[in-house]
Amino acid sequence: MAKTIAPNNVAKSNRKWITGYSIIGLLLFITYQFLLPWEGLPLGIYDAIYRWMPPSAINESLVYIIMALGLNIVVGYAGLLDLGYVAFWAIGGYCAGWFMSEFFYFLNINFLGSVPAEAPGIHINFWMVLLIGGFVCAVFGILIGAPTLRLKSDYLALVTLGFGEIIPQVFFNGENFFGYNISNGTKGIVGVDSIPVGVKNLGPFDFGWKLLIFLLLTAVMVFISLRLRRGRLGRAWLAIREDELAASMMGVPLMRTKLSAYAVGAFAGGLGGVAFATHVNGVYAERFNFTISIFLLAMVVLGGMGNVWGVILGAFILSWVNGNGLTAFGQLYNEQFGTEIDFASFTFLLFGLVLIFMMLFKREGLLPESRLKLMLHEDELDQIDASSKSGDK
Amino acid sequence: MQCTAVLGGDRGGVKLAKVSESKKFTGTPGQLRRQRIEQSGAIVISLLMSVWMLVNLVKAPEQFVQVAISGLRNGLIYALIALGYTLVYGIIELINFAHGDLFMLSAVFSSFFITYWIGADQSNPKGWLAFASCLVAVMIFGAVVNVLIERLAYRRLRNAPRLAPLITAVGMSFLLNFIGLKWNGSTPRQWPTVIPSGDIYIGEIRISLITLWLFLIGLPLLLALNYLVTNTKQGKAMRATSQDKDASTLMGINVNKTIAFTFALGGAMAGAAGLLYQQSIGTTSYNLGFQLGLIAFTSAVLGGIGNLWGAVVGGLLIGLIQGLNDGLPYAFGQAWSQSVVFAILIIILVFRPAGLLGKSVTEKV
Repeated sequence: MAKTIAPNNVAKSNRKWITGYSIIGLLLFITYQFLLPWEGLPLGIYDAIYRWMPPSAINESLVYIIMALGLNIVVGYAGLLDLGYVAFWAIGGYCAGWFMSEFFYFLNINFLGSVPAEAPGIHINFWMVLLIGGFVCAVFGILIGAPTLRLKSDYLALVTLGFGEIIPQVFFNGENFFGYNISNGTKGIVGVDSIPVGVKNLGPFDFGWKLLIFLLLTAVMVFISLRLRRGRLGRAWLAIREDELAASMMGVPLMRTKLSAYAVGAFAGGLGGVAFATHVNGVYAERFNFTISIFLLAMVVLGGMGNVWGVILGAFILSWVNGNGLTAFGQLYNEQFGTEIDFASFTFLLFGLVLIFMMLFKREGLLPESRLKLMLHEDELDQIDASSKSGDK
Repeated sequence: MQCTAVLGGDRGGVKLAKVSESKKFTGTPGQLRRQRIEQSGAIVISLLMSVWMLVNLVKAPEQFVQVAISGLRNGLIYALIALGYTLVYGIIELINFAHGDLFMLSAVFSSFFITYWIGADQSNPKGWLAFASCLVAVMIFGAVVNVLIERLAYRRLRNAPRLAPLITAVGMSFLLNFIGLKWNGSTPRQWPTVIPSGDIYIGEIRISLITLWLFLIGLPLLLALNYLVTNTKQGKAMRATSQDKDASTLMGINVNKTIAFTFALGGAMAGAAGLLYQQSIGTTSYNLGFQLGLIAFTSAVLGGIGNLWGAVVGGLLIGLIQGLNDGLPYAFGQAWSQSVVFAILIIILVFRPAGLLGKSVTEKV
């Protein structure tokens, strides 16, 4: 291993992205934590930031980026279409709801929680709940994957879709799940513990500090994605993506490799779910619907399947458009031209067109991954190949 | 070392030959194990199902028949939609996610056609005429839209990796959803029924006239489709194309035209289903297509995707199970309706991916 990939290069490329990422992250953090509350800031800039990219919007896009990176491992690396990724988001979210709130009021468990010890409910430290959420999701990923990964690709997509519908419905109807209340049903679990960082606890409105935490989580996901891709497992994923049969002939254990893709992808879903629960300070069952799964898929496709930076770009663009950009643009447009167009209703059109046009004209995404680009244009290469052959004769 | 390996191989070979002489070959050990799993799974599931149905039948016999009939009525609509999925999957192996939304658009189209463009709002000769002309119009509408989708998007991706058309289909579904949202509005809309409604009583059991109408229109459509696929030249071309596109081209079949024709057939069926749904349920909403489409797809998979009668049987079965689950005293109830359907989908895909009436195909390299 050490001989085939020069260790110096690995370290160098790692250093490169970590430096760039930290600089951008720090700039964002300084802008939102110190510049925005600063009284000397010109009112124009203040208004512009609040209109186009308010603190809550940027935190939300980071949560989407974490989850898109997880889906990228499943779809982009291993080539398994997952249409029910929202299930992992829901499970991660409810992990936060169960272990970091007063939901189980009849219990009194406090493990390094950020609330006083006598508060009812289960209160486990945020950083541990992150891990719990991730691992619970990974277990669910394996449970869902184990019986179904034998199936052909589009059947697999359907089974994941099925789970993506069933699990949110379980939480939706969870107020009376065989006599137990597991989710508070449509009312949702309101109020999640703040994030303890030693010196203080970060509540729902500490956007700046939470931005730093979400940036950290994203960095962890980027690190995991990049390192795994380079390693043995990542190369096995790519091999399966490109030709499953050939990969299995070369001795890649299909089941184990696919299951690990599922587990790692689900783990990221769990992280995202817990992070989102702290971001919105609650867990609401009706938010977990099929549209979210497609939305995440569109992010991965738009940015470039398999390329971490592409996925980050795609997730950032689409979550911004969906969360804030479109409504802000609509407001501006309506003010300028005196119209009353409901721009938010155009999201369906926008996402549909993004998926269709990307697939028709730029299958590899905005920031393509070179290997995937070759694979996705295999049909055209075949045609060139065939025509050159017939030309020879 | 080498020697023993060769010898061992030889001995194994001899043994194998002897076994195959004395015993008829029924499958590799893996295949046999799979068969056993499938069989035992089928027995357990059908036993559980029959116990569940029997308990309910004893508890509330009239209610049972009642919900079974309304379930079958929905099942017919599922079957009509499922045919579109199964036809398209059979010929180009694409799960056409947009099909459910085509059905939704057809339902909205029928509502506007009957209520606004013709102006019929009650069951009189004018209403019946509107219904009849709408049936033709909506079938043409469905066919045209489906062919357009195929022509603009799927045809260009026919040789691309399978992920590409699948994602395009999802995008198409969103696009149609948007059209539905703008056309129908964001809230569900109520529409009048123009076909004769009323009830017939057989003993204590009430059967709505609309249900009868649905079967009177739906069943001939199914028979006509079956005739078209099995007995005509165009149908033969479809079956040939689904088996091998290159060979069909060599035999003088216009593959593009045949695939477009298949999409037209599927679209027409979805159109008819849209009209029947709109007339029997009376409400349309823009997000109707997603759920019904998924249920219909489940039906197609249940029956064996690519198999016409499989889609019909699957649709009726899913409708029946859903009806029973929603209306019976000992059942999960309506809140779990979706979960029950998807659980069936997952069980079928895990135990018997080829479906009830389908044959499993091994992948050739």
